[in-house]
Amino acid sequence: MTNLTPTTEPSVADADEALAATAREEGRKPRAGWRAMLPSMTPSLVIGFGIVAAIVLFGLLGPLFVQDPTTVRNSGLQPPGDGHLLGTTQTGQDVLAQLAFATRGSLEIGLIVGVLATLLSAFFGVLGAYLGGFADEAFSLFSNVMLVIPGLPLVIVISGFVPQEQRGLWTIAVVLAITGWAASARVLRAQTLSLRNRDYVAASRVAGERSWRVIAVEILPNLLPVIASQFVFAVIFAILSEAGLAFLGLGASNSSTLGTMLFYAQNGFALQLKAWWWFVPPGLIIALLGCGLSLINFSIDEIINPKLRNVRAHAKRMRIARKAAAR
Amino acid sequence: MSYFVRKLGFYLVALWAALTLNFLIPRLMPGNPVDVLLAKLQQRGGIVDAATRRSYELLLGGGTDEPIWVQYGNYLVNLAKGDLGIAVSVFPTPVSEVIGQALPWTIALVGIATILSFILGVGLGAIVGWKPGTWLDSLVPATTLLAAVPYFWLALILVLIISSTWQLLPGMGGYDVVLSPGWNTEFILSAIEYGTLPALTIVLSSIGGWLLGMRNMMVSTLSEDYILTAQAKGLRNSRILGGYAARNAALPSIAGFAISLGFVVSGSIITEQVFSYPGIGSKLLQAVQNSDYALMQGIFLVITLAVLGANLLVDLLYGIIDPRTRARS
Repeated sequence: MTNLTPTTEPSVADADEALAATAREEGRKPRAGWRAMLPSMTPSLVIGFGIVAAIVLFGLLGPLFVQDPTTVRNSGLQPPGDGHLLGTTQTGQDVLAQLAFATRGSLEIGLIVGVLATLLSAFFGVLGAYLGGFADEAFSLFSNVMLVIPGLPLVIVISGFVPQEQRGLWTIAVVLAITGWAASARVLRAQTLSLRNRDYVAASRVAGERSWRVIAVEILPNLLPVIASQFVFAVIFAILSEAGLAFLGLGASNSSTLGTMLFYAQNGFALQLKAWWWFVPPGLIIALLGCGLSLINFSIDEIINPKLRNVRAHAKRMRIARKAAAR
Repeated sequence: MSYFVRKLGFYLVALWAALTLNFLIPRLMPGNPVDVLLAKLQQRGGIVDAATRRSYELLLGGGTDEPIWVQYGNYLVNLAKGDLGIAVSVFPTPVSEVIGQALPWTIALVGIATILSFILGVGLGAIVGWKPGTWLDSLVPATTLLAAVPYFWLALILVLIISSTWQLLPGMGGYDVVLSPGWNTEFILSAIEYGTLPALTIVLSSIGGWLLGMRNMMVSTLSEDYILTAQAKGLRNSRILGGYAARNAALPSIAGFAISLGFVVSGSIITEQVFSYPGIGSKLLQAVQNSDYALMQGIFLVITLAVLGANLLVDLLYGIIDPRTRARS
């Protein structure tokens, strides 16, 4: 790492004034307040958004164009080729068709759990921290306990006790939401604790605003980036956990997700038969979706933690300066 | 000292919550274990009458007319004695014995893999965060792909490539089956050989989280005044990195151990299924598939206990490493 910058240079991370000054010199207007709430267009955001959009479109529209995923043919375990773009399963079902329906199922679960878990975490995190005192102690103890109890074993045990015929999509979603909200509640609590002592919150309280209004109008808008990032995390968590559960044969009955596809692939000895086209695509979609959502989260993180944004702005400035020097 | 008392108190509450959850789940869920087992027996051509039903009820410990708090009391007393019931799937072995056989495998595998990935992730994160905005930094998003990969899928891919195609490492089981388990060199070497691939899976998929968290903390820590002071004193960069920046930046990673450990344990449970590893995860699945409810609950309790214990240990260590936590409470 041969870097010519002097080692005594202060870090770029908190150079707010310097960045603002250069922006002023270059004649750019500072970003408007509401613009600071939106993620800036970074390559990671564009890539992440592109991946997620492509997968969502595939899940939404794909099922309309593909063949029937359940049709059994006598051309089992065909490698990708004519007629079947992604080959066939052991019983001759079209993998691409299954993939389209499975993607839709996984997205559905992710969305439901994401919403439920975010609601739960907002309730326990924000309300407890705002009320303070005993409520805060109790809520925070509750979420910390939920946090240290390992989620997946709990989900496995609960799913094991629910009979197969009653194990629907919503049952799985509720169980996943119950085990997945605690971490975000802790993050939200920490943020709310710092917000509730701000002057403008105190002012609205002194002005006699009701509690719900202070929370909804003064606190929640400032929590939006955090909530958005926690929502994205919850969706990733839900899709991964559901895939794991379904892979173990404990998923929602009569639903098709990427996890159930992997379950059938594993039980159909796809691995031993080296039928990679059967089990690689579902996992790849999960991985890409998770990666895309994380990339989106990076951009949201930059809103929450301006130091990260300054680093990027600094790097960009250096790049431009280097280009100008080279010219 | 009150920091340690508080922590101990918290983990006691968490332990009690886990025990109570474990007690309540079978009583709140819609299914009746006895019915499920009897249906299975009937499928296999067994005769089901009132006597069989009664004996199953006795075996599973349910079906009593005692009030619920008496049942709860009995449950706690039995637990204190270490009695987790009888595993129906391997009748008449007690649950504690089944768990005792499987537990060392999982603890060794998950323990070693977690420590490895923690050290590697935090170390790499410190180096990447030291010079934010360089080409090394742009590699960070790539690790999120690894973090988003489901553990078991990565395991499938590794088995396909390393084990089936290249035939470098075995991809099934925990040791060479011709050997008998024991503390001899041959067996331990075989266990290490068979454990490498599962451990690699866990390390690869959990390293991204550590790396990213450490990198972000490094960026924040580098702007602190004490770093500037250290630089002004003319200390070597390596000294500032190791002794000043990384040491402080690693604290949240250690504090966040609780959340990560839960994820790692969850992921490795499913990974064990792929490798047919003789650990606690495979046993849990066997229990679920055979409707062995006592074994399921026992394993859940043991996993929870292990995770709580590991977290308590980390928390107590944290109190020693970072004196501020003790002062605050």
